[in-house]
Amino acid sequence: MTFSSLIAQFINGLQTGSVYALVALGYSMVYGIIKLLNFAHGDIIMVGAYVVYYAIASFALPPMLAVILAVLVSTLLGVTVEKVAYTPLRSAPRLSLLITAIGVSFLLENGAQLLFGADKKSLDPMVSGSFQLGGVNVSYAAVVTIVVSVIAMVALTILVNKTKMGKAMRAVSEDMGAAQLMGISLNRTISMTFAIGSFLAGIGSVLYLCAYPQATPTMGSMLGIKAFIAAVLGGIGSIPGAMIGGFAIGILEALVAAVHLSMWKDAVVFLILIIVLLFKPAGLLGKKTQEKV
Amino acid sequence: MKKALILALVIACVAVMPIFANGSEESKGNDTITIAFIGNTTGDYAMYGVPVRNAVKMYFDQLNANGGINGKQVNLIEFDDKADPTESVNAYQLAKSKGATAIIGSVLTGATVALSDATYADNMPQITASATSAKVTIVDPDSSKIEVKTNVFRTCFLDPFQGEKAAAYAAQVCGAKTAAIFYENGSDYSEAIVARFESKLAENGLKVVAKEAFATGDVDYKAQMTNIAAANPDVVLMPIYYGEAGLAVTALRAAGCNAQVIGGDGFGSVINYASAADLEGTVYMSGYAAGTASVAQFEADYQAAYGEAVPNMFAPLAWDASLVMAEALKQADAKGLKAGSAEFKQAVIDAIKGMQAFPGITGSYTFNATNDPEKSVAIIKITNGEEKFHDYF
Repeated sequence: MTFSSLIAQFINGLQTGSVYALVALGYSMVYGIIKLLNFAHGDIIMVGAYVVYYAIASFALPPMLAVILAVLVSTLLGVTVEKVAYTPLRSAPRLSLLITAIGVSFLLENGAQLLFGADKKSLDPMVSGSFQLGGVNVSYAAVVTIVVSVIAMVALTILVNKTKMGKAMRAVSEDMGAAQLMGISLNRTISMTFAIGSFLAGIGSVLYLCAYPQATPTMGSMLGIKAFIAAVLGGIGSIPGAMIGGFAIGILEALVAAVHLSMWKDAVVFLILIIVLLFKPAGLLGKKTQEKV
Repeated sequence: MKKALILALVIACVAVMPIFANGSEESKGNDTITIAFIGNTTGDYAMYGVPVRNAVKMYFDQLNANGGINGKQVNLIEFDDKADPTESVNAYQLAKSKGATAIIGSVLTGATVALSDATYADNMPQITASATSAKVTIVDPDSSKIEVKTNVFRTCFLDPFQGEKAAAYAAQVCGAKTAAIFYENGSDYSEAIVARFESKLAENGLKVVAKEAFATGDVDYKAQMTNIAAANPDVVLMPIYYGEAGLAVTALRAAGCNAQVIGGDGFGSVINYASAADLEGTVYMSGYAAGTASVAQFEADYQAAYGEAVPNMFAPLAWDASLVMAEALKQADAKGLKAGSAEFKQAVIDAIKGMQAFPGITGSYTFNATNDPEKSVAIIKITNGEEKFHDYF
């Protein structure tokens, strides 16, 4: 393998990895705050993708407007799911919450199949073309994806570390009871966390469509699982961990394909999950706890 | 209990009745030839069976209107097997009792395999327009000793055949020396084409420089396409379905590879799944090219008879199956044999087997050792965002 194709594969990995990272952030933030593995998170992306598709294909909106609409709908959907399905279960056992999340995921996937049909909806690529960089072919879609997700991650880090809302989120995730006693509104903070996570998922759905311009009802499930693995690898609950995990999984996939083992891509990713759970269950940057799920 | 016994007895009597009725219907007259169509015209997969039945009926209606076979009218009896193997065999027994001397059908693979087992036992001529399983014409394809069901033919080509054609097309028409393969891991369709393609490399002077795959459901092909682009092949074979094909061609072009893409018949309507610019020049093989000169008359007639456009490639293939069968019946009848007799059936089978490039509307027919057609495939080329018939190959 030549050096230039190695670089090309690395860029492929970064592009895929940024989408994983954005989705993984949503997983990680929600887990950090209410200890819930929100398996419906991947399907938020699917809904976002359909919004882009219908906005462009049926209503002929300009792509920028479609993107804004997709992010808005994703955010609203995330908050609605939280209010309708998860809030009533806040004091229920964690397992009930997990099963509800799986139920919501099925509802969204099959609801989409009913509403939009099972066939693939194909879009013209929103960002097309590529340029040569020192003998390496780089697509504009890859550049846009990587740049946008890095900006989103920097913004998120600032939000969490420098604002009042971020402080509230960190407080709730550390000790829900104590935070409440300090006058932090639990409902508002949790809803805000879902809103931010779903907002990132909305951006993720747009970036996903840049790379693979097709919307299908089940597109969120595999993506969601990969992002979940990324979150576990980085240490679930940790924001920088989710970013590192996402990029790591993306680059790993590309490198597995680079050595002509593309059929083993998924297997290697799932192997990572098993290895992490066996040897370092807290992940790369996670806190070690004694709890059992 | 007693009532149930009587009921069972009555049902049994009714069930055997057609067997006793055998002799009476066979002699419907010396100037008719009775054949049967068996296929699923109701149920879940009727969208395949109905066009087949329509085309067969239309063919024999026209044939009868034009004087039939050597002056004899063809009596076409139709049976609905609901794509069920048991129903298919039952329909066949009924058809036989009504004096059928040849069978056209069935439509789906499962029913056709069961039907072909039954017809093979009777040496009854049978032709299918759509069933692609090897089991249709071979008793046990996995056995070391291949036993061909000598009486069963088909007009559709099989998946591996496309691999053979693709290799020849790449070498002879595209002038390729190197090829890359991108296929779906675990898909029978995809792997069968790839296997045959690879077995034909040497005789076409081709070399595979990259072979990449994806898992079903995967949409991220960037990494594989980077590998293919690095190998710089002359052609890229993609025996995959339209949705993935669109993504694959897009990813291939994004990786900076401008090689000629060759697809299989799964590429139909790929134009909805990738940009016209990325697809420009892509070719794929098809069993049927809509709108070409040879099928134009058929398409117009079908529209007139059934009030809808030809829905899929099974209708024209069914027309060809009828055409082949009618030609064979004509030859057998010309020998002065009596329709329905064992000699007549054997003569029909011999006539089909002996065909050399017999012209149909979707290609010309020569049947190989396993009774599969060696026919030309239609090459569809994508230019300016349109899938257009290019040539027969």
